[in-house]
Amino acid sequence: MTIFIIVGLVLVLAIAGLLLRVTKLVEVIKSDENQRVDGANKVNAFMFPLFLVCGLGGFYWINNYAQKFYLPAAASAHGHEIDEMFWFTMAILVIAFIGTHLLLFTFPFTYQFNAKRKATFFPEDHKLELIWTVVPGIVLALLVFTGYRVWTDVTYHKEDTQYEVVEIVGKQFNWMVRYPGIDNKLGKHNFRMTDETNIVGIDFTDNNAADDFMAQKVVIPKGRPVMFKIRSRDVLHSVFAFHFRQKMDAVPGMPTSFYFTPIKTTAEMRAELGKQDFDYEIACTEVCGRGHFGMRAVIEVLEPREYDKWKASQKSFIVSNPEYIAKLSPSDQERLKKLLPKAEPEVAPAVADSATAKISPAKTETSKVQQTVIQKAGI
Amino acid sequence: MDTADIHSPLAVDHHAHGHDAHEHHDEHEHHEQSFVQKYIFSEDHKIIAKQFLITGLLWAFVGGLMSMFFRMQLGFPNASLEWLRPILGHWIQQDGKLDPEFYLALVTMHGTIMVFFVLTAGLSGTFSNFLIPLQVGARDMASGFMNMLSYWFFFASSVVMFSSLFLTTGPASGGWVIYPPLSALPQAMPGSGLGMTMWLISMALFIVSSLLGSINYISTVINLRTKGMTFSRLPLTIWAFFLTAVIGILAFPVLLSAALLLIFDRSFGTSFYLSEIYINGQALDRVGGSPILFQHLFWFLGHPEVYIVLLPALGITSEVIATMSRKPIFGYRAMVGSMIFIAFLSFIVWAHHMFVTGMNPILGSIFMFLTLIIAVPSAVKSFNYITTLWRGNIIFTPAMLFSIGLVSLFISGGLTGIALGNSAIDIQLHDTYFVVAHFHLVMGSASFFGMMAGVYHWFPKMFGRMMNPQMGYIHFWMTFIGVYLVFFPMHYLGISGFPRRYYSFSSYQAFNMYADLNSFISISAFITFSAQLLFAYNFFYSIFRGKKATQNPWLSNSLEWTTPVNPGHGNWVGAIPNVYRWPYDYSKPGSENDYIPQNVPYSATPESNLPFENELIALEKEMDEEVVVVVNHH
Repeated sequence: MTIFIIVGLVLVLAIAGLLLRVTKLVEVIKSDENQRVDGANKVNAFMFPLFLVCGLGGFYWINNYAQKFYLPAAASAHGHEIDEMFWFTMAILVIAFIGTHLLLFTFPFTYQFNAKRKATFFPEDHKLELIWTVVPGIVLALLVFTGYRVWTDVTYHKEDTQYEVVEIVGKQFNWMVRYPGIDNKLGKHNFRMTDETNIVGIDFTDNNAADDFMAQKVVIPKGRPVMFKIRSRDVLHSVFAFHFRQKMDAVPGMPTSFYFTPIKTTAEMRAELGKQDFDYEIACTEVCGRGHFGMRAVIEVLEPREYDKWKASQKSFIVSNPEYIAKLSPSDQERLKKLLPKAEPEVAPAVADSATAKISPAKTETSKVQQTVIQKAGI
Repeated sequence: MDTADIHSPLAVDHHAHGHDAHEHHDEHEHHEQSFVQKYIFSEDHKIIAKQFLITGLLWAFVGGLMSMFFRMQLGFPNASLEWLRPILGHWIQQDGKLDPEFYLALVTMHGTIMVFFVLTAGLSGTFSNFLIPLQVGARDMASGFMNMLSYWFFFASSVVMFSSLFLTTGPASGGWVIYPPLSALPQAMPGSGLGMTMWLISMALFIVSSLLGSINYISTVINLRTKGMTFSRLPLTIWAFFLTAVIGILAFPVLLSAALLLIFDRSFGTSFYLSEIYINGQALDRVGGSPILFQHLFWFLGHPEVYIVLLPALGITSEVIATMSRKPIFGYRAMVGSMIFIAFLSFIVWAHHMFVTGMNPILGSIFMFLTLIIAVPSAVKSFNYITTLWRGNIIFTPAMLFSIGLVSLFISGGLTGIALGNSAIDIQLHDTYFVVAHFHLVMGSASFFGMMAGVYHWFPKMFGRMMNPQMGYIHFWMTFIGVYLVFFPMHYLGISGFPRRYYSFSSYQAFNMYADLNSFISISAFITFSAQLLFAYNFFYSIFRGKKATQNPWLSNSLEWTTPVNPGHGNWVGAIPNVYRWPYDYSKPGSENDYIPQNVPYSATPESNLPFENELIALEKEMDEEVVVVVNHH
């Protein structure tokens, strides 16, 4: 089969080559010493408007075809601003794109070489140049100001806002999630204290760390401001929660933050899309090595009440990892014991949908989902 | 005056006077240069240019081939690539799939090769070297020796980089931007071992080569212009090469510093870029550094670099469009001004590559503002190209086709830059295929088209023969259509959130649906790459068997076409022509021919002179009477 294809290709090339040679020889015979262009000039001139028509047709077609790929409407408050800004910008750009190309691809045809004509000697026109310097300038200024407004909306950290804090730590090749617990204060971290159990290097000399707990996925409440505290354990990674129009690099040694408010629960999104297996996802968007394409984490957005229940039912790291605590000094163990929250989950077991609430396992390990992902990818 | 026979090489010499220069006094005493001196360690700018060109084209083949491999993976992730094992060896896994680490190595090397080796050395190195002396009216570059070194440092750099492809642990794989800590820690990925070391050595040599070249270009343009060649009479190619060289001198040393600090972090225990790292079960004793520092240093070169890649292509396009439209370039001063403005602005926009790195949001606002300003001179250039075509009398040589194609790609790619330059929008689009589409159109393809235009247009001057135009037409249309088919769909992938540098997209629900589009892109890429083989055949065949060229086949005004068909060392036989006018007197009203070369004095063209030009005739007499003696010491 392959041999036929190869022979076929060779034959096609040979025929094409012969055709070219014949046309060249014919041209040599027919040529006029003073002729500055041959028939090919007409062909090339015509190809431009043809390309324009086909190109615009293709552009129209792919715009429709690509709709099915587009992400659903933003699941965060600021996300709508970003999307509007984007489509507004694209509208302006498409007008410029089509306008310039209409000219660029019709002029070659209209002004193709004609021995009877002479080109117009038109070296400059200051008024024209002023117009097309000032008009783009104004349009761009408009884009800068609107962009500045959206950017400050997104990045401005309001001091007096109460954020739900979630720490997301990247490593080769998965994400690890830590919550600050009841006191809503994330304990300090110290990279030297990292090990196979304490995977994000929680510093238990900090009292705030006592009620911190690890989670298998990111769980956040609808309608409440959320702060992702992002960092990395080894190389650069980046947290990209695309449904929320969120992206922030994870840097070792320099924690970063991103603030947003989710506005649609996972359940609502599932209903809207008609997909029961839909999940909000995080993708890594800074090349980090072999498994860069497989660093998936799930974000679950719950109703605020469900979220509170879930959070209250989580076991802190200390409770889940007694063998780790046992290795600390007796004085540290005493101190930490005193700091443990009094109200333990035994009082009100999570009655909410058991599919959503998850209790941290004794040992944090790569989740089954993540393991399957990694296996499939052949890492 | 012989106006009837416009093809005669001596038609205009009758009225042109040149100054006699006693340059290269030493060379004239060495009558016979050995083969090695003449062709290998040549100090003749034309030979050096061809050395850059051939090396650049070979690298283009390697870089393009790499993209074929990773497009196979992306377009057909379930296909078995077992048949590539003879070439790729253990980079094909047991199951017939491409090794994910090698995928990243391919992507990294593709970027490195294309940006630096093909579009910087292969483009600037070729055309700056070839055209600067010829178009400014000089016998050779200011320093032929430094020029020779500039090529051979590039060659050495190439040898090191090429060798790194064959390492067992693989070449550098952390993206062409090689951000630490990934590139600083061999334990983070195999490509960050010896491959990364060799990348750094190669780039250090490359930077030396670039600096040697740039210094030469600037000195030659400033000091060795022939009589009458004022800055405002320089062809736009020269302006472009000149400004590119200035950018290069200011920007490349910063990359060298970034690379040097990375070498220190890798080999000498420093912590410029490293802090608080726990990897492979070990907490590294490196604190206090910041990966963000590397990004600032890298992009301080990285952004000007894309203009180093683009400006020469824009210069070539200006020249070709004007010549083949038989019209002056519209807005010469605006073209020069916009290039100067772009060159300046290119230094203060670098952090638009870093909007989501965690740097202070205030910087995001500042760099967004500066970035969007740079769109204005770019827009001006695009409009000027289009206006040059308007009411022209256009001849479609392959060079002209590629130049028009460049304008289209520059506009398409440049416009999406406006979206990306907006920091708020960049939150969603950074590191997605939208960025890949943007830079491949505006920089990769546009500059590649500029390179092709340059090759087709100056081939007769380089080799004394013509390339086959029919093959050129086919090459252009296949490539132009192909480039749009490959990169336009990528915008939609990016809008849909698909990240770049991903080996596969099957891990994500959201990205699973891209299979068909990716297959389409890959097939388009394979066809486009094949079209380049047509060019390669045409290029090499025509060097030996192409139709013999005339002295000025394009009826162009610039000085290089006044040299003999095969210019020897020293370019002009006898005196170098004086220059009396700018290079864009095409289709001048009153003139019988539709072109008037730069070395034709105003006294010879009374019928087409503008009033102020008539007044310059008196000055011409003064200029011609002076004899300038210049002695160059090597």
